[in-house]
Amino acid sequence: MAFPRTKNSVLPGFGLTMGYTVLYLSLIVLLPLGALVIKSATLGWAGFWAAAWNTRVVASYKLTFGTSLIAATINAVFGLMVAWTLVRYTLPGKKFIDALIDLPFALPTAVSGIALTAVYAKNGWIGQYLDAIGIKAAFSPLGIVIALTFIGLPFVVRTLQPAIEEIDRESEEAAASLGATRWQTFWRVIFPSVLPALLTGFALSFARALGEYGSVVFISGNMPMKTEIASLLIITKLEQYDYAGATAIATMMLAASFVILFAINAVQWWTARKYRGVA
Amino acid sequence: MVDGTEVSGGRMSVTVQSLPGAIPKGSLVETNLAGRLRLATDERSWVKALLITSTLVFLTLVLFVPLAAIFAEALRKGVAVYFASFTDAHALSAIRLTLLVAIICVPLNLVFGLAASWAIAKFQFPGKSMLITLIDLPFAVSPVISGLIFVLLFGLRGWLGPWLDSYHIQIIFAVPGVILATLFVTFPFVAREVIPLMQEQGSDEELAAVSLGASGWQTFWRVTLPNVKWALLYGVILCNARAMGEFGAVNVVSGHVRGKTNTLPLHVEILYNEYNFAAAFAVASLLALLALITLALKSAVEWRVRREFEQALEPPT
Amino acid sequence: MNPMEKSLGSLLLLAFAATMGCNAQSSVTSSSASVGSSPASVAKASASKPDGGAKPTVHLLNVSYDPTRELYAEFNKEFAKHWQANHGQEIVIDQSHGGSGAQARSVIDGLKADVVTLAIAYDIDQIAELTKGMPTNWQERLPNNSSPYRSTVVFLVRTGNPKGIKDWNDLVKPGIEVITSNPKTSGAGRLAYMAGWGFALQANNNDEAKAKEYISALYKNVPVLDSGARGSTTTFVQRGIGDVLLAWENEALLAIKELGKEKVEMVVPSMSILAEPPVAVVDKYAEANGTTEVAKAYVEYLYTPAGQKIAAKHYYRPTKPEDVDPAVLKQFPELKLFTVKDVFSSWKDANDKHFKEGGVFDSIYAPQPK
Repeated sequence: MAFPRTKNSVLPGFGLTMGYTVLYLSLIVLLPLGALVIKSATLGWAGFWAAAWNTRVVASYKLTFGTSLIAATINAVFGLMVAWTLVRYTLPGKKFIDALIDLPFALPTAVSGIALTAVYAKNGWIGQYLDAIGIKAAFSPLGIVIALTFIGLPFVVRTLQPAIEEIDRESEEAAASLGATRWQTFWRVIFPSVLPALLTGFALSFARALGEYGSVVFISGNMPMKTEIASLLIITKLEQYDYAGATAIATMMLAASFVILFAINAVQWWTARKYRGVA
Repeated sequence: MVDGTEVSGGRMSVTVQSLPGAIPKGSLVETNLAGRLRLATDERSWVKALLITSTLVFLTLVLFVPLAAIFAEALRKGVAVYFASFTDAHALSAIRLTLLVAIICVPLNLVFGLAASWAIAKFQFPGKSMLITLIDLPFAVSPVISGLIFVLLFGLRGWLGPWLDSYHIQIIFAVPGVILATLFVTFPFVAREVIPLMQEQGSDEELAAVSLGASGWQTFWRVTLPNVKWALLYGVILCNARAMGEFGAVNVVSGHVRGKTNTLPLHVEILYNEYNFAAAFAVASLLALLALITLALKSAVEWRVRREFEQALEPPT
Repeated sequence: MNPMEKSLGSLLLLAFAATMGCNAQSSVTSSSASVGSSPASVAKASASKPDGGAKPTVHLLNVSYDPTRELYAEFNKEFAKHWQANHGQEIVIDQSHGGSGAQARSVIDGLKADVVTLAIAYDIDQIAELTKGMPTNWQERLPNNSSPYRSTVVFLVRTGNPKGIKDWNDLVKPGIEVITSNPKTSGAGRLAYMAGWGFALQANNNDEAKAKEYISALYKNVPVLDSGARGSTTTFVQRGIGDVLLAWENEALLAIKELGKEKVEMVVPSMSILAEPPVAVVDKYAEANGTTEVAKAYVEYLYTPAGQKIAAKHYYRPTKPEDVDPAVLKQFPELKLFTVKDVFSSWKDANDKHFKEGGVFDSIYAPQPK
């Protein structure tokens, strides 16, 4: 189903749309990103390596990828729950809650960061209770995870909602009539059909988290080796007027994002074919 | 619609095949202790309660409380201060610039999103995954980098900067730079929403239209566009929200000249750094409200369409 | 399906057509903006706008750092009045604020500032070196190394000073949490570091190894490193993190006024560093904008009694205290101040040794092999 099964050439407009897509993509995305890569190349191999792969930078990569992965996972689990609840159940104020889901996306990231820090710092609304039981939320890696979860939530929920809406109740009924428990029906019928959407949501949430800067710098504490994310190191390099060094780290991040996005797109394409193409 | 039935039919057959060993246990309707009927496609009530509770707790922790904090801070000094924050001359010019940026960026990315999804969903070509990934890329790029790349291109020490400067054309630290950075950041949103849907819908309807003699444009306007309208609208809402709310990238290229190149998010930061917390959060809440309004509009349109749909279904008397 | 689609379809069509229209229009707007904004959005003497015979309005762009917002908001009004009275010309002064280093980079990359008023001389040195837009000896063009006002680094503690913090020695005691900003990204953070280093050298007869030990111990007590000075202040005052904040004196005084005496108070250490925030005209841009004369007058006006009074009012130490009401001067405590030159010989040396990649500051956080 992912691709039309008949000959493609019947539909017109390939040249026009493809041409426009490639042109616009090149102008807005590829050309500027190319500038970045070329600038980092001025360092030469040794210089590039020294700038983009020393202990401190590696620590920041680990932190950035680790927290992003955790946040995306949390979002996948709870996002599925949220989307399911919003689609299938009735509860008061559902419309309002539904509308609020998008807000993390619309808020300037700096505002999110400030608000989250205010809430999760040890004198904050929630932070004080966490502090009482010995959990340091703001100014620790946990704070980064919280910020990234906040930032990524809309992507999971919004990609899952239509998928859940589209689930054919009849196939659930069929499963049930064949004796499947609700749990079996969930795993064998519902889950596979929302899996592509879940993966997309997870991927988007993860990708967004990798690049996040504004909200994280407020809540992370920015301690070298501990809570310093890669984007902050880029800024630090820039402050030293070291553009090439900054672009070296940026290029590494870019390459990593690209590989991850590519892998996820491939997996998604594959699952989509597997689950839908059997017809 | 034809397509939809086919999909679910396909799914059903998969379902049945994949459950060969399931033990026939009950009928479609079970009776629980209270004697009420429960559909087999509903969860047990405790499962339902648990799901709803965890959902609400999770949302409270990561979403509601932080948002409430914004409004609480914004209103801390009273309603008068809250509204005064918007009428300040710098705030007004920031609002104007933000709207201008959104008005330019959203249509450009909308057209791109449609073109890209048509090319990607309706045709097969090598490197498709690569193309989709490239479209996704700006999304994963740190806003710091999104700003930096334009500095590298258009800065006075960049590649195009000196040449443009000789013609007195200023890109970064002026409005065009803000627009370019925002275009980059909001690049994937429309395409990202529309592509999967178009892919799922396949090309059957379009092929039918074309074989019945419709032109490419007619097919697009009458068949494809109505089919993807919700995804498109949602993409536009996302794109618009991000365009108005972008901070990091714009921060790098704006130059922060008050009343000239400051957008709303930058204005928020300025106020915050002036220890003017109430005003900062007030302006932030304005951005949140703008998003809520667009979402409310979306719901309103949806509701109206549904009503018309229902009316249309009623047999004419 | 058709009836349902009909109205919405047309609605969407309309919207689409409208956006297409917008699109065409907007590309015009954006291209005209790109051409037109060079004079419009960046300071420039707009000679093209003659308002009935009088001299044309002149635009000036002052690119400054964070803590001077309030100072220049008032100074600009005062200078505009002065210029109008003496030259009969209206002047519009645009302000840009941000981290000192980031602002300098913007100027280097093409933000056409007529005047820069930054936190540390190193940043203006970079502008001079990288843009070739002003002589490298720019600091000699105005009195007092081109610093019309001064400041220093002091401590801000919680009211009542519960941890009894009096001097630099107390900061390295176990259990004391120190809040400061990242010396690599913040001018204030850099000065705080340099003040601590200067103290440690003095206390240990210029023994660098001991100074290194001191500075490591100091930063081991830092739980949060914000990227800018005001971020640190917020962390300390609003979030309630830490026992002591290392701050610009002017920022400390402002924070006490803005955020409340009941929350924080100032502690003056035995010695500290003399901060000399410099000002300069960026010749190249001012010439291109035709604003050289007014830009020069602008920075010079900072040294006049009017300028000095405004600086003192906004908690900067005036370089000509005789021009300022003695009552205002009382807010500046006396303490021993050493200069950057005394301890580090120059900003560049300080940067190369301490803040560059792999410098002393990085070594504090390098993983210990032992």
